[in-house]
Parts: sequence; C-alpha cells; structure tokens
Amino acid sequence: MPDPRADSPLSESLPDNSLYVESALEIRTDAIVAEVHGASGAPGDAVKRRLGFGFWLAIAWLVLMTFLAAFGPMLPLDDPTDLVGKSKESFSSDHWLGTDKLGRDLLSRTVSGTRISLIVGIAAVAGGLLVGGTIGLIAGFRRGWFERTSMAGGDILLSFPAVVLALAIVSFRGRDLWDIVLTLFILSVAPILRLTRANSLQWSQREFVQASRVLGAKDSTILRREVLPNVLMPMASLALVGVAIVIVAEGTLAFLGLGIQTAFGVDDPISWGKMVLEGSKDLETAPHIAFVPATALFLTVLALNFAGDKIRGHFDVRESSL
Amino acid sequence: MGFLLRRLALLVPVLLVVSFLTFMLMTMLPGGPEVNFLGPQAVQDLSICDDPELDLNTRTACEDTIKIREELNLDDPLLVRYFTWLGNAVQGDFGDSVITGVPVSQTISERLPTSIALMLYAQAIALLIAIPVGIISAYRANGVVDKSTTGLSFALIALPSFVLALVLLFIFGKKLGWFPTRYDIDAAFRDKAKAMFLPALTLGLGLAAVYQRLLRTDLVATLHEDFIFMAKAKGIPARRILFRHALRPSMFSLITVVGIQVGALIGGAIVVEQIFLVPGLGLVITEGILRREFQIVQASVLVITFVYVMVNFVVDILYGFLDPRVRHARSAR
Amino acid sequence: MSRKSRAEGFPDAPGDAALLEVEDVKTYFRTERGTVRAVDGVSFSLERGKTLGIVGESGCGKSVLSRSIMGLLPKHNLIRDGSIQFEGTEVANLVPKDMQRFWGTQMSMIFQDPMTSLNPVMKIGNQITESLRYHLDVDKSFARETAVALLSSVGIPEPKRRLKEYPHQLSGGMRQRVMIAIALACGPKLLFADEPTTALDVTVQAQILDLLQAQQRERFMGMILVTHDLGVVAGRADDIAVMYAGRIVEKASARTLFTQMRHPYTEALLKSIPKLSDKSHTRLSAIAGRPPDLVGERQGCSFAARCPYAQSRCREEDPMLRDGETVDHQYACFFPVGTPEGREALARNRAASEGAIDVTDSTVTPGVG
Repeated sequence: MPDPRADSPLSESLPDNSLYVESALEIRTDAIVAEVHGASGAPGDAVKRRLGFGFWLAIAWLVLMTFLAAFGPMLPLDDPTDLVGKSKESFSSDHWLGTDKLGRDLLSRTVSGTRISLIVGIAAVAGGLLVGGTIGLIAGFRRGWFERTSMAGGDILLSFPAVVLALAIVSFRGRDLWDIVLTLFILSVAPILRLTRANSLQWSQREFVQASRVLGAKDSTILRREVLPNVLMPMASLALVGVAIVIVAEGTLAFLGLGIQTAFGVDDPISWGKMVLEGSKDLETAPHIAFVPATALFLTVLALNFAGDKIRGHFDVRESSL
Repeated sequence: MGFLLRRLALLVPVLLVVSFLTFMLMTMLPGGPEVNFLGPQAVQDLSICDDPELDLNTRTACEDTIKIREELNLDDPLLVRYFTWLGNAVQGDFGDSVITGVPVSQTISERLPTSIALMLYAQAIALLIAIPVGIISAYRANGVVDKSTTGLSFALIALPSFVLALVLLFIFGKKLGWFPTRYDIDAAFRDKAKAMFLPALTLGLGLAAVYQRLLRTDLVATLHEDFIFMAKAKGIPARRILFRHALRPSMFSLITVVGIQVGALIGGAIVVEQIFLVPGLGLVITEGILRREFQIVQASVLVITFVYVMVNFVVDILYGFLDPRVRHARSAR
Repeated sequence: MSRKSRAEGFPDAPGDAALLEVEDVKTYFRTERGTVRAVDGVSFSLERGKTLGIVGESGCGKSVLSRSIMGLLPKHNLIRDGSIQFEGTEVANLVPKDMQRFWGTQMSMIFQDPMTSLNPVMKIGNQITESLRYHLDVDKSFARETAVALLSSVGIPEPKRRLKEYPHQLSGGMRQRVMIAIALACGPKLLFADEPTTALDVTVQAQILDLLQAQQRERFMGMILVTHDLGVVAGRADDIAVMYAGRIVEKASARTLFTQMRHPYTEALLKSIPKLSDKSHTRLSAIAGRPPDLVGERQGCSFAARCPYAQSRCREEDPMLRDGETVDHQYACFFPVGTPEGREALARNRAASEGAIDVTDSTVTPGVG
C-alpha cells in the first residue's frame, strides 16, 4: 500500500539530552516494549515463526509428486494407454482409482499426468523468474528510466487479456509442450516483474543498501550481496505460488481443448486438464473419471500455495518486527 | 486534480498501443479468416503456391485462398490495414463478421451486458462474503473463524475454476436440481438471475478467498498500529475502533485487486461461460482467435482495455479518498 | 435538560483517599523464551494535583508499568498481580469492558510518538470530538466548540482551521499538543505522560512540558511523567521514582533525590547528564554494561553487574526498598551512595582491580571481579 509517511520519527532530529543515558548503551530501543508488541500480537502468532506440521505435509506431497513424475514409468503400474479394465469402472482392488471410459487405469494415468504438470509449472516459472525477476530486481534498485520503461512494459503486458495472449501464441506456434511452456512463461513475466520490483524497491531503500552505495560499491556487487539475498525468500514463496498458478493455467487450457498435443515426440500426452475434460462428458454416470485427476490437481496446487504462503509468513515476520 | 487528469490522458495512448499490438498479433497468426470459408483446404503458408509443380487440388486451393484474401484486403500492408480499421473504429464501425455478416458492434453490444452482469454478480457475492469474514478473522485473529476460513480460503484459491465449476454444476445443478444449467438470454429477469447464480458463485468463491485474505492481512497490520492503541486508551469501544478507525486504512490492497478483477473477469471468464453456457464476451474472443476473426477480437480487446483503464482510474481516485496523505501528496506535485 | 453522560456515576473520592494507590504491582509476559518480568513489584501512591516522575532507561519496565496500571495491555500471555486503587476503587482485576469507563474520562495517557499515535486518515477535529461525543454525549456543535477551546488552551493557533486538518499537516510539536488536547478532552483526573517529549525537537520539549504543567495545575490532575531523561523531571515533578529492571530502586521527593541520592544507579544517571559548565571535549559519562535479562529468577541485585559499589553480598541477596533518613525517601541498596558503607565499598572496588568501573570515565569495562 502506498505509504506516504515520508516524515517518520526517525527523520526528525533526536533531542540532544537523550545522549547521556542511551548513547553508550547499545541496546535495542526499549526491549520491553518490543516484547510487549510481540506479545500483543494475536494469540498464536508466535507459533507462526515455526514452519509447522502443515508445511512439511505439503512438502511431502510435493516430493511425492516429483518422485512420481520422475520415476513413474518404472513403477509396477498398468500402462496408462492400455485398455486394461472395464469401461468406467469405479474404485476396485484391481484398479484403485477406477478406469475411464475406454477402460484405462486411472491411477497410472494420474501418475503419468504429474510429469506434464510439473514440467510445465517449473519450466515456465523458472523462465519467468530469470527474466522477470532479473528485470524487476534491477528496476527496483536502479529506479529512473529503466524502472519506468519496464513497469510500463509490464503494465501493457498485464492489461492484455491473458486469454488473447495465450490463444494467440498457441495458435501461432502450435501445441507442443514447449509452446505451452513458452506461453505460460510469457504470461508469468509481468506479474513476477511487478512483485520482484516491489520487493527490490523496499529493500533497496533500507539504510544498509544506501550505505553500500555511499561507500562506493559497484551496483552489481550491491545487488548481488545486499539486495538479492533478501529478495530471494519472498521470491521463493512467489515461485511456489507461481508454479501452482501455471499448473492450473495449463489445466485450464487443456480443459478448453487447447491442451498439449505433443511432448518429447509423444502424441497426445496425458495431462490432468485433459483427463478432466474427458471426464466431464460423463459427469453424471461416472463422476470419478473427472474428479480423480481434479483432486490430484487440487492437492498439488494446494500444497504449493500452502508451502509458498508459509515461507512468506516465516520471513515476513522478521521484517516487520522491531 | 491535475494528477488525475494526467492519468486519464493516458487512456488514449494505451488504447492505441494495445489495439495496435493486438492487430499485429492477429496478423502474425498463420492463416486468416479464409479458413472459415475454405475450411481445411485453405492454404496456410502461401509460399508453396510458387512451386510450379503443384497438383490440381493444391493449385485450386491456392487460387481460392489468394482470391479471398484479396477480397478481404488481407494482404495490404499492416499499417494501412491498421489505420483503416482505426479510422472506422473511431466512427463506431468495427466491421462485420466475415462469417455471419453480423456487425461486430452488434455482437459486442449483445454479449457485453451479459459479461458485465456476470462480473458484477460475482464481485457482489465475493465482497458480501469476504468483507464480514475478513473483518471477523482480523479482529479475532487466530481464533476459530480465522483458522477455519484461512484453511478454506487456501483450498478455494488452489481449486482451478473449471474443477469448482464442475463440482457446483454436478451437485447443485444436476444432482439437486436447484439451479438451471444453462443461461437463456431471453428469459425473465428472475430466471436469468437464478441461471447466473452458479457461474457467478464459481467465480465469486475464488475471488472471495483472495479478498478475504487481503483484507484480513491489512486489517491485522493496521490493528497493531499505535493510533489504534491510542483510540483504545481514549475509551472508545472495540467495535467502533474496528469500523471507524481501522477499516478505512486497510482497504488499499482490496480495492486494488477488485479493480484489477473487473477487467479480468469481463473477458476472462471463459471456463465458466463454457461450462454453464453463458453467452459472454470470453467465448466470443476465444472463438474469434481460433477462427481468425480479427474484427471481433480487436473490438473486444479494445472494450476490455478501456474498462481496465477506466476502472484503475476510479481506483486511483478512491486511493485519494481513503488516505488524505495521498491526496495531499498529489496536489503538492 | 439533563444529558446522560458516561462520565457520571463517579462520586468524588472520600476526602483522604489518594488518587492512585499502587501496591506491589507485577506484570509478567509469557514469551517463547520464558516469562519476562517486566514489572516486578512496584508500589507508590499519588495525590491529585501532584506529579510523579518515573525515570529509567529503556527496558526498565516504565512504559509497561503505566499501561498496566491503566489496564491497557492485551490480556493473552499476560500475568498481572498486585493492587491498583483509583480513588479507593480496586481496578486491577477489571476486564477491559469495565475499564473503558475510566479511560479518557478518569484517566488518560499521552504517548511518545504523536505521528503514529494519531489516526492519519481522520481529521484532527473528529479525533477530539469523538471522545467528547462518546463519553459526554454532547451534540456535534457543542463538541466542536469544546474542541476549538481545547486546541487553543493547548496553544495551537487558528484552532478552527486545525479541526479540518489531518495529522500529517502539522508539525511534531503541534501534533503532540493535539494529543494532549485529546487526552484532556473529557477532563480526566489522572494523566500518564509516556515519554511525551522524546520524539520532539529540543526547543519544543520545554514548551510541551510547560504546557503539561500548566494544564495539570489548572485541572488539578495527578500526573505521572514517565521518561528516561532526568532533566525532564527536574523541576517539574514533586516526587521521583527511579526504576531499574522492573523495580523501583529509589523513591523520594525531587529535592531529596537530587541532593541526597542514595542508590548508585541514580547517581550514575545524574552523573551522565552533560553540564554546560563542563569544558568542551569533556567525555560523556556512560553506564557500562547492558540492562539485565528480565527472564527467569532474580539472583541478587539486578544492578550489581554494572554497579561501582557492588560487593559479593549484592550478587547473592536482593536488596529491598527501605526507608532512609528523610521522610518518604526509600531506596534499595546495601551500600548506598554517601554512606560510610558505600564509600568503603567503592574504595575497596577501586583498589581491588585495574579496570574497575569508573562512572566518571567513559572507558568502560563491564562487571567488577
């Protein structure tokens, strides 16, 4: 939020006769009031400092998903494209998550779908961080025309309906895995740029960064050693949430019929979004076909959001305390 | 005042830039509207037509494609086409659909109200839920309400809209039959409101989760400020402090995002429009791009950008209202 | 026409009851590190029309004390003990809902930082009239007139215009005056001034303190002036209590304190005030070491680690407040300043080790022995 309070009490000159008692005592201003403020936070706030059980649960789920994505084919599961069971079979001991309309095992299909989701999510966000993050970092630090140009560019990118951009790119390039990744990467640059710049701005105005500048350190050094390490954590949290958003976006595209058509040379790869699309046609008779992949999608995205938020909360508290 | 007028003046340049970029984007797409006339035979890449050893079918396809493109002036230079379009646009003529011949402005004027209604409905639901919940969560932070709604909000934010839409459709539409599952534009107002409820709810729940969290965070932060403590020391009761002192400075994040969502929802509610069969602008744009119907995409993007800039402008004014420091800082410039 | 007011229903105290009687008040906070004993047994009393100065460095618990007495601290993770009697009524165990009647109307507080303590998005006028209208149930125009009168009584020029202005449009000194106006709006009998001048320019400080004194006299209020600055209370307080580590270590009338101080901490505080008569480049006096950790049990005197008079007894036994020679002079020390025991102890320490703490010299070496 805009904080126009330019005249903080620190900028007013301290009265001279406070020198004699406090000057030689290098203590934090009013440790007790600090404790009071800490204690007067909402009950249970102290607990937030620890990451908590939920966080680790989320991480465990994500690790599981990564594992399945990487080693899926090696697991003793049915081939996801084979017709191994009866059509639209519900949960059974043979097929733990049932089968779809064509009789393919849903468990193995869901496991197979993790790969697409995670690859798309991680690749798009990694790219977005690299490009948007770097620009934002510099923009918040350097200010001036660089910041203004990049923010204007970001604004224009943002005011484009995402739909138009996504569809245009997809129409233009086709629907290979990497085209979708490209689309989502382009869409993620602007918000990442915005948020990185906001963070970079905040940190760049802190005294220790100003001090470095005054001491004549090179900009790149300051960025690397003072600003970047501090911005890294909020960015990590943003990255996790970003991956979640991208996974949902890919799922949505797939649902709209614009899913990934080829991946690594394989035709019609399995993705959760596509599975939901297929399942939505039999919603009344066999809802599990749609809801099994939907649940997998939901849990993964939930875990990412939750972990991202916990990280942010963990590091925000340090910032805002006295 | 001058500051705000300057912001408003940005409207025209932004519209020009965005419309030009969209135009450029559309022309870069392989193929064009001729696809709609010739079907899959339309030649996407006309360079093959130069090959002197083409078979008859391909040659016919080439000739047809070239002929239609000429009729539609599709091969004129980009800038010429853009300014032609612009010239017509400022007079209110956005062209006609190449397929149906229906004027684009008509299509938009038919679809836009539905999209706007959906957006308003969704925002209303979202705010009606989010504001009270946000206030209670902040006031009794980490209490029962707060903890449960935080968990719920997370789940809602994580839920992809198409999943939520399907769930709601399945439970309330099909199984329980409480709401109709399609939207009929000619029905009576009451029926339309009922038919639009599930789609609006789908969008609104996701929004509510985000709004509630924003409000709660800001409000909790404000409640820690010194002036709240001072109000308490003045003997003002808690509820009054909450509404008269704490709420106003805590609305910034919320109104910012509400503003952004106005633009986002008008053109971006595709999934909901598709699942609940609501004839809104989102589907129009999607089809337009897929069918290479430039006109309608151009016009729609223009409308959406216009709304986006105007709404942000209003939000900026609201900032000035909410915080007099912002107001004074602006007039001081 | 009678106007019901929330301020009614407070009968005047019986003739001889003190305005405020605080007995063995304790305030502890439960934190992750343990229980912080911010206020560890404080007692004093205050009459109407008198000023008590509470002096101590940051972290000694003086701010917590004033908020605890008013009952403003949020209740979770808080342990409170002791008796607090306001005009004969016990208020220590009242819940905030019941304390609300007192706040603003009977007892009031002004805070250190006027910029953050005033609502930045609310007009000054509304912040003043809010108390008036809520507590005294007066109508808008009457409240506004009263607000104008209040503002001019605290020395703000053009008060009518100020009503419509916002805090950020005023200077620091004026904001503090507004805060005083707000605090005094409903005519409280007791005023806590918590570091009222720390955030202000030197030139403005004296004006604000004069203003407070004048208001106190006019309204016959009891005032508690909380500060780290002995200079603030000199000449303005009737009695002074010196706090250290959550306890009062010396309490006396102002004159007695300055002329016959007994506690080494008080002496150190006094010595560290730079004087105009000092030559230029005179080194500033400092008190070596750091304030003690308030978590956990006490082990001997809290000041021992930084005290030039400390002996082994001080590290084992905790000195209690005891009466001195003059009436109403109390201090908690085994080897007080200006007594034979004290002088001996000081000499013993000086001789015993090189690098002993010398308060007049700023070469600091924490701890003795």
